[in-house]
Amino acid sequence: MLLSMQGVSKAFAGVAALKSASLEVEPAEVMALVGQNGAGKSTLIKILTGVYRRDEGSIAFDGREVDFSMPAEAQGAGIATIYQEINLAPQRSVAENIYLSREPKRFGLIDHAAMRRGAEAVLKTFNLSIDVDRPVAHFDAATRQMVAIARAVTQKARLVIMDEPTSSLDEREVAVLFETIRTLKRAGVAVIFIGHRLDELYAICDRVTIMRDGQTVAKSPMADMPKMALVRHMLGKELAAFQAIAPDEDAPERPVRLAVENAGAGVRVRDVSLDVREGEISGLAGLLGSGRTETARLIFGADKMQRGTIRMDGRARTYREPADAIADGIGLVSEDRKIDGIVPDMSIRENMTLALLPRLKKAGIVDRARQDEIVTRYIRALGVKCASPDQPIRELSGGNQQKVLLARWLATDPRVLIIDEPTRGIDIGAKSEILKLLRSLADEGLSVLMISSELEELLAAADRVTVLSDGTSVATLPRKDLSEAALLSAMAHQVE
Amino acid sequence: MHTLLRPFAIKSSGDIARLGVLLALFGLILFGALRYDNFLSSYNILSFLRYNSMFALIALGMAFVIITGGIDLSVGGTAAMASVVAALLSPWHWAAGLLGGMAAGCAVGALNGFIITKMRIQPFIATLATMLAAYGTGLLIANNQSVSVSYDSGFTVIGQDDFLGFPIPAWIALAAYILGWLVLEKLPVGRHVLAIGDGEATAGLMGLKVERTLAAVYLASGTLAGLAGVILASQFGAGQPTEGVGWELFAIASVVVGGTLLTGGSGSVGATLAGALLLAMVFNILNFENGLGWISLSAYWQSVIRGAFLLVVVVLQAKLMARHRSA
Repeated sequence: MLLSMQGVSKAFAGVAALKSASLEVEPAEVMALVGQNGAGKSTLIKILTGVYRRDEGSIAFDGREVDFSMPAEAQGAGIATIYQEINLAPQRSVAENIYLSREPKRFGLIDHAAMRRGAEAVLKTFNLSIDVDRPVAHFDAATRQMVAIARAVTQKARLVIMDEPTSSLDEREVAVLFETIRTLKRAGVAVIFIGHRLDELYAICDRVTIMRDGQTVAKSPMADMPKMALVRHMLGKELAAFQAIAPDEDAPERPVRLAVENAGAGVRVRDVSLDVREGEISGLAGLLGSGRTETARLIFGADKMQRGTIRMDGRARTYREPADAIADGIGLVSEDRKIDGIVPDMSIRENMTLALLPRLKKAGIVDRARQDEIVTRYIRALGVKCASPDQPIRELSGGNQQKVLLARWLATDPRVLIIDEPTRGIDIGAKSEILKLLRSLADEGLSVLMISSELEELLAAADRVTVLSDGTSVATLPRKDLSEAALLSAMAHQVE
Repeated sequence: MHTLLRPFAIKSSGDIARLGVLLALFGLILFGALRYDNFLSSYNILSFLRYNSMFALIALGMAFVIITGGIDLSVGGTAAMASVVAALLSPWHWAAGLLGGMAAGCAVGALNGFIITKMRIQPFIATLATMLAAYGTGLLIANNQSVSVSYDSGFTVIGQDDFLGFPIPAWIALAAYILGWLVLEKLPVGRHVLAIGDGEATAGLMGLKVERTLAAVYLASGTLAGLAGVILASQFGAGQPTEGVGWELFAIASVVVGGTLLTGGSGSVGATLAGALLLAMVFNILNFENGLGWISLSAYWQSVIRGAFLLVVVVLQAKLMARHRSA
């Protein structure tokens, strides 16, 4: 056994991120490490590589107990990590990046010739022949990744961890990467492959470790783990806290308000088609990395759409930037409130009316009376629990923060509201409250596109669900066909 | 590409900027040589080198700081304080003045490094604070007036005498630049400085010792500013607590004109020297222009013209780089 992590626990500010998780890797094997967002994969890897320190548990690498306190120590022991965002110095040359911190020297000076020769030689083993004097930034993502792997190889790594290595690669580049992984295997190097695209996992990995809620829930040879079972392990089942709040029968077909036809951009969104009808909640499901959030950003004009059409009420529209989409009545409540939603130190009042300020102006200054009126109305309508509108939003619970964000968009009087993971980080009681709120808004005529990773949520609230897999819409399930099994099988993309 | 041509290969947009500053420098020299009789006289060349070596030294330290993505605003204040310290110590021995001034600069640099790496304060704020502190200290120990140096200990030789026909300050600056070039291009620590400027977090994950390297860079910048202060005191015969105002901006401008990005991660020692010489040359030429008698430009106007020139160079560079990138 090359690596054995047992009973590893870690809490951040009292919140458990890992609960007695385990991971074992044999030499020369490719281990898939999978799990939903927040399952604990990254925390486990960061503990292994010395970025975080564990609270409990043991780690043995190469037969010895280890406890790395910083990344350099793990690297020294033979564990190399290739992060998703590929950590290289972009303006430095390929050769320098491979040898940075271990430069070959002659008489104390860097031996540039030896460095160049060494870099060329190691890249040749991956069938890569490039000018190693050029800055890394000049090359595409696949080549940069290869350079990062070459760096790992020259560090004499015994274990290479790859965090979502294929997320920015096209098919041809993925093939090159897999060939590189096989080269590593032949040299006896083990690989931990963190990924979400099932086809890729089955194509390259020997075994799989599945994590959920900070625990290791399954370990198995890849061949013995059917796709459906793997997805079910990943998603698990949460307590059935939601009663169904969508109407049980299919309402009469309502007119389509927002139609997305064959939308695509880059490799994350390949071919997505979906409809959002008047007064209904349309769900958007898919595994992590299937392109849900990216699709929402395309619709909202936050990213540039390269292919396909968006229609509002039947008319083709082009949104160059979010302002265009907002002007057309589209709102987007983003996934991560902390990053692109709330302004933590500003008051509820200010957070709620941020998107509305241009319209609240009277002679260039904010009309405080109208602002108050709107804020009071929404605090009451959405049931925001707060001491006063002037309370800083950071003091509110997750559910109430989400309501303020919702109010921000509702106050702009949107016709389509895209809401990404509406209940992320919200306790279970507040979850169903948010869903009920969305339902009543839909009943009043709002069209909602709800992105969610939680099957229960989709089953409970959506009138129809479009399933994405690998950037492609693979199924649209109307209410009557919605079931856990149907969603799971569409997500695992078992079309065969 | 032929190995001999490798150093001249244009591989990045920074190379273009560096090429640009060299062309501009030669252009100005040519202009001056053709237009003014005494421009290439040995008197003009030697006094040009003698005076501007101080600025070149500060620009060298600033180049390393900016390559890491930082900034050092304290160099002017440090030089002023160091000139006072050097002047006060010069009666004992010329070396006491030299080493004392450098040590004073070194101390400010060490303090900068400590505040930035250990207390995690932005370089802009940290060095702004130490700049004020350095000026204050200089005024304090100088008793609010310039401090005459000793003419008996040989201290004035450093700034005023020649060696092999060239001013000693120029030799000092030349040595510092050769050393700087060696460090940046040929020693691992230099490449680490570049990598840190490219992304501190990434550099840490690649196993580089980020804090230690940053501290060393600020230490070097402070020490070079101290050395510039020693030359200042020696050249003008007095420690000058009120000198040095705006030196940091001159240094930053030299570095930027030399094609180093303020965002860090790229830069060259040679181009920084060319940048410093270029900016100094503009002053020199303006002086000659005044001497012709056609126009009479005050120091204020010279400053305006120099600013405009700097803007033109930087805009041209940005345009060249953009074209290179889209090509």
